[in-house]
Amino acid sequence: MAQFIQQIINGLNVGSIYALIALGYTMVYGIVKLINFAHGDILMIGAYFGFFALATFNVPFGLALVVSMILCALVGMTIDRLAYKPLRNAPRISALITALGMSMLLQNLFRLLFGAQPRRMPAVIELQRIEIAPGIAISNLAIITILLSVGLMLLLEFIVKKTKTGKAMRAVSEDKSAAKLMGVNVDKTISITFAIGSALGAVGGLLYAINYYQVEPYMGMMPGLKAFVAAVLGGIGVIPGAMLGGFAIGLIETLTKGYISTTWADAFVFGILIIVLIFKPAGILGKNTREKV
Amino acid sequence: MKKLLSLALVLVIVLTTFLTGCAGDSKPTTPDATETETETETGTETEATGEAVRLGLLAPTSGALAPYGQAVKNSVELAIQEINAAGGINGADVELFFYDNEGDSTKTVNLFNKLVDVDKIHALIGPVISTTSLAVAPIANELGIPMISPTATNKDVTPGLEYVFRACYIDPYQGSVVAKFAMDNLEAKTAAVFTNVGSDYSDGLAKAFTETFEAGGGTITDAEGYTDADNDFSAILTKVKANAPDVIFVPDYFNMVGVVASQVRELGIESVLLGGDGWDGIQNDFASEVEGYFFANHYSTTDPDPIVQDFITAYEAQFGETPNALGALAYDATKVMLAAITAAGSTDGEKIIEALMATDMPAVAGHITFDENGDPIKDISIITVKDGKLELEAKVSGN
Repeated sequence: MAQFIQQIINGLNVGSIYALIALGYTMVYGIVKLINFAHGDILMIGAYFGFFALATFNVPFGLALVVSMILCALVGMTIDRLAYKPLRNAPRISALITALGMSMLLQNLFRLLFGAQPRRMPAVIELQRIEIAPGIAISNLAIITILLSVGLMLLLEFIVKKTKTGKAMRAVSEDKSAAKLMGVNVDKTISITFAIGSALGAVGGLLYAINYYQVEPYMGMMPGLKAFVAAVLGGIGVIPGAMLGGFAIGLIETLTKGYISTTWADAFVFGILIIVLIFKPAGILGKNTREKV
Repeated sequence: MKKLLSLALVLVIVLTTFLTGCAGDSKPTTPDATETETETETGTETEATGEAVRLGLLAPTSGALAPYGQAVKNSVELAIQEINAAGGINGADVELFFYDNEGDSTKTVNLFNKLVDVDKIHALIGPVISTTSLAVAPIANELGIPMISPTATNKDVTPGLEYVFRACYIDPYQGSVVAKFAMDNLEAKTAAVFTNVGSDYSDGLAKAFTETFEAGGGTITDAEGYTDADNDFSAILTKVKANAPDVIFVPDYFNMVGVVASQVRELGIESVLLGGDGWDGIQNDFASEVEGYFFANHYSTTDPDPIVQDFITAYEAQFGETPNALGALAYDATKVMLAAITAAGSTDGEKIIEALMATDMPAVAGHITFDENGDPIKDISIITVKDGKLELEAKVSGN
């Protein structure tokens, strides 16, 4: 039993990172109906910014986090402006392929700039284990990871539900042309969405790098794909769905590794994607909208 | 939306396959890269005529493998200088014919033919990596040119080829020596084994470790597989923690081992981690995480044995850096080959391999004798990480 609870804690730790990354996918999809495959690489870029801030400039963790979020928000907006905006009215498939191309471009650019050799992430905090019950312990790193993730999710929920910008985002997501007619600045709203999504991705990337100690150009691929699955599982385009999906994927993955086999974990995660798409294509919290003909 | 998601799904599957494939390919190739194969051909009648003994050397000194090839070349040159300074072999000087094979199999075969036809070598040291060694070995055997690879660890290099030898131990041997060390020196009764399922190197070591450990009466509590794409080991480590094995064997390259070791510390697991020569270099990034753990390596720079310290001093004096394990193995390979030529009293291939089979001499990377395949039987150095530095813990015999 103690072991099971320990595994749940492990799962929540991984899941909270997936959830943060999934938010970026889901927000962008909700607004421009684009699956931004370059989002996984945004988290890699965020991890690199964090790495340089921590290792090269020795700034405290909080500052490194903020710097990495701001820079990634700028990178996200720039990518949107350069690669996606010209294709706003093109078929969706063109934008999707552009996103894949952007992902490859970013990975190889960073490999070229910093080499393929993984770099060691400096330890940001003295690692401590807090025993909650006999045989069950949680590290302070896991507590920070989970609290930071949940806190940012609540903040996002607040922005989307209670602020004017959030209202504009919801309006654009519902109907872009109607929102434009109502005087919403659609381009600006999309830019802000990319900025927020990328900033959350940066936090996810930095937490991922701190939890797993390494930074390398391809680190974004696997967590990016899993976060994408999480977004689809929860219902892509729905913000609480991304959080739910992220935690669900983290738990499923950890429990599969703990009780079945490590080598089966990815098969389970992606198998779930297939099953969800067959039985509930809109995802767990997804609205069942009819395709407009 | 349905269509788009289906499309995205297909992309995800393709990407996953691609990613796993890539990860497999881009994995550090240390075991292969550290394999050098040396082939030596011994000329005939050196003793009477004073005619030079002609040694060939094939090593990659350009391209990605250059650091390995350069270490080998330096050490071979050093060994030959020492022999010549001491009067050569039965009064004859040793001459070295070196070509850069760039780690390419085709080039290696062509250059080997050139060494035989033009330079008339008596024996070959090299090539360095397994793939090129596998390409040349059958030809050397056919032509009756004794060859010794310093570093080809692939088990298929030597079997069935009587003219082909090597100076390094092979992967399964290493795994079983670590198991013996765990049982004899650490008094381990239970062990967990982590295998990188995408790596022949990791798999070979894990299998040998398991076999030896179980044959010695030990119990394997957990056998876990993972891939290069895995980063999160907390789930399997939590499971392992419940079984509290004495040791955990993680035969992989240092980057992956570092990630595992960090999480071992994070979860407060007390088991001791063990590994193979892929750990060499871990002290650079993960010294504190692997403090007190052990791994097998070809030699240790802190080995007080004079033969080791003399080699290190001579190498440092000439090349300005500390020799790595490949250098030590290349030095040994050259010394072994030249000793065999001396003992044979001839550069005739058949006599040399007879003398090689009778080899029984101390060497930098451990006292060396050969088994029927031409693979060395020798001690393995067990290295521990202490205060962030590598130290020799024990020398364990695999026999």
